[in-house]
Amino acid sequence: MKKNRSALSRRDFFRAGAIIAGGVAVSSSVATVNGLLFASEPSGGKGKWYGIGIDINKCIGCGKCAHACKLENQVPDDPFYFRSWVEQYTIKTDGTILVESPNGGIDGFSQSVPEEEIFKSFFVPKMCNHCYKSPCTQVCPVGATFDTPEGIVLIDENYCIGCRYCVQACPYGCRYVHPEKKTVDKCTLCIHRLKKGLQPACFEICPTEARIFGDLNDPESSLNSFLKNHTCMVIKPHLNTGSKLFYNALSSEVR
Amino acid sequence: MAHHLQNLYEALSKVDGYIYPNEIELNWSILIVLYPYITGLVAGAFILASLERIFKLHILKPTYGLALLTALAFLIVAPLPLVSHLGKPLRAYEIMITPHLSSAMAIFGFVYLWYLMVVLLLEIWFDYRRDMVIWANESSGLKRLLYKVFSLWTTDISPKSAALDKKIGYIITVIGVPSAFLLHGYVGFIFGSIKANPWWSTVLMPVIFLFSAMVSGIALVMLIYIVLMRIRKQAVDMGCLDTIAKYLFYILIIDFALEGLDQIHRIYEAEESFEALHLLVMGKLFFTLFIMQGLFGIVVPLITLGTLQFYRPGERVRKTIYLIISILILVGIFFMRWNVVIGGQLFSKSFYGYTSFKIGLIGSEGFLMAGVWIVVPFLILSFLLWLLPPWKKKEEELPVHAS
Repeated sequence: MKKNRSALSRRDFFRAGAIIAGGVAVSSSVATVNGLLFASEPSGGKGKWYGIGIDINKCIGCGKCAHACKLENQVPDDPFYFRSWVEQYTIKTDGTILVESPNGGIDGFSQSVPEEEIFKSFFVPKMCNHCYKSPCTQVCPVGATFDTPEGIVLIDENYCIGCRYCVQACPYGCRYVHPEKKTVDKCTLCIHRLKKGLQPACFEICPTEARIFGDLNDPESSLNSFLKNHTCMVIKPHLNTGSKLFYNALSSEVR
Repeated sequence: MAHHLQNLYEALSKVDGYIYPNEIELNWSILIVLYPYITGLVAGAFILASLERIFKLHILKPTYGLALLTALAFLIVAPLPLVSHLGKPLRAYEIMITPHLSSAMAIFGFVYLWYLMVVLLLEIWFDYRRDMVIWANESSGLKRLLYKVFSLWTTDISPKSAALDKKIGYIITVIGVPSAFLLHGYVGFIFGSIKANPWWSTVLMPVIFLFSAMVSGIALVMLIYIVLMRIRKQAVDMGCLDTIAKYLFYILIIDFALEGLDQIHRIYEAEESFEALHLLVMGKLFFTLFIMQGLFGIVVPLITLGTLQFYRPGERVRKTIYLIISILILVGIFFMRWNVVIGGQLFSKSFYGYTSFKIGLIGSEGFLMAGVWIVVPFLILSFLLWLLPPWKKKEEELPVHAS
């Protein structure tokens, strides 16, 4: 038995080896061609592909966006349900970081730190990042949450079983369970308004134009010119969620 | 409803630092602590049973049937806390009908059914088929009917059929061991795959869940065996108990090493979340992690069982030690699940603050309800033991299995 361990002759062995080596060499050269990485993958260049820009330098912390969102989308009034909110960051001279968002910023902000102790302070409006590799969509066990072809992450509330796995999976805290519907709720990018050709409520109300809404597929869109003219960054880029919410002047303290 | 909001307002007043506004509510509560706990008990009990069957550890024979029935009793209950926790429990079947395949949670139904139908029920059926036929002839009334139905009206009790039962049962056990690994490793993956949560997101999570499952399941069978023998006023088989304790000791070492490795890795890498998690562990989780899970759940059992490997006190003392250790381990593993599930939600994903968790006495997510889900498996087990008492099996008539 042992004598005939391999029926392969030396010649066959070298031939097979050459084929395998050649195949590996060819296939690896093919793979290197496709080495481009996209910051935010467009949906094949066709149709709309919505993204969001926020200019932190322009935000005055009026909280109108958070308020407009609650009114427009009948988000429960209580201070634990937000589709859109504003955070106030205060970096003190001693290096400590204070973050506040009383009632999501709807009632405005007051600065509790004395002027001389402030190194810098700024506002960060937050909302769903409408990630194109969204972890929330990935984990939904029934597929109740999904991406539209326009790049909007939505929930079918008639289908959601309320398991809350997506709430756990969202790194940005943008989801909550609606206290009456018992299903998960989140920003829809005011899709009902988009269909009528209107802007999402939080964008329309912003008095300083700190929020820019637009089509990433359209080279002429206001969002694309905003991205071109500013150094923009997403929050938690290391998580590779494909976030489409781009901030100008994002400080490294913001999480 | 109003009560729920009142609780949230109370939690809001107890927030330390800054958390995202939507994070005040803890999304997964005591019921989701019970889910991996109970599933782990199933996997562990089954693996103990298969030690006897596959690895031919015949000294464990006294606990073989008991371990299988324990696994079944807890497996029946395993999905119930999960379903009752859903916002829309009546839609739970959607997971089976339209599973979203990229979701780690979606295949739970299939893993569960595979384990219940293909592994546990079949194995128990082949193990008890011949006995059920015999018992059906010996009993009357409801019990006779139950045996008839559960044995699917088979009547063959020939040695040939018994040998076939045994052979098929063996094959099922061989399939069952990787299935048990799959069942609980998979439960660990549900948590370990959430990249948004650094307390959960570790590749070790499925392995840690698996070994802690084995530890808890083996401890549970040990506890039930000791208590059951006391109730039945029978002498425990000390050889069997010592062997269980030996394996419990080995697996506990692996479990401890894995959990230790996980923590050492976190401390050494000290990623972005490190400071936030460090404060969590030293503060809100200190008691449940270091005292309940670490000291009582691992260190004390490890030292005690380790000592017993070379120093053997009398049987009565050993039995008492095993009883206490199994309870300690069961409590410790419960708090391990607690620390994972609840601990993972106490800190903000902004890493700037913490929320708090208060468990109520009543309500579907309260202490009492959690207690019910713990008691129900024991009631089911009592029924199973009444119907299928492992100690009444008539094995002696079987031809000696060729080994």
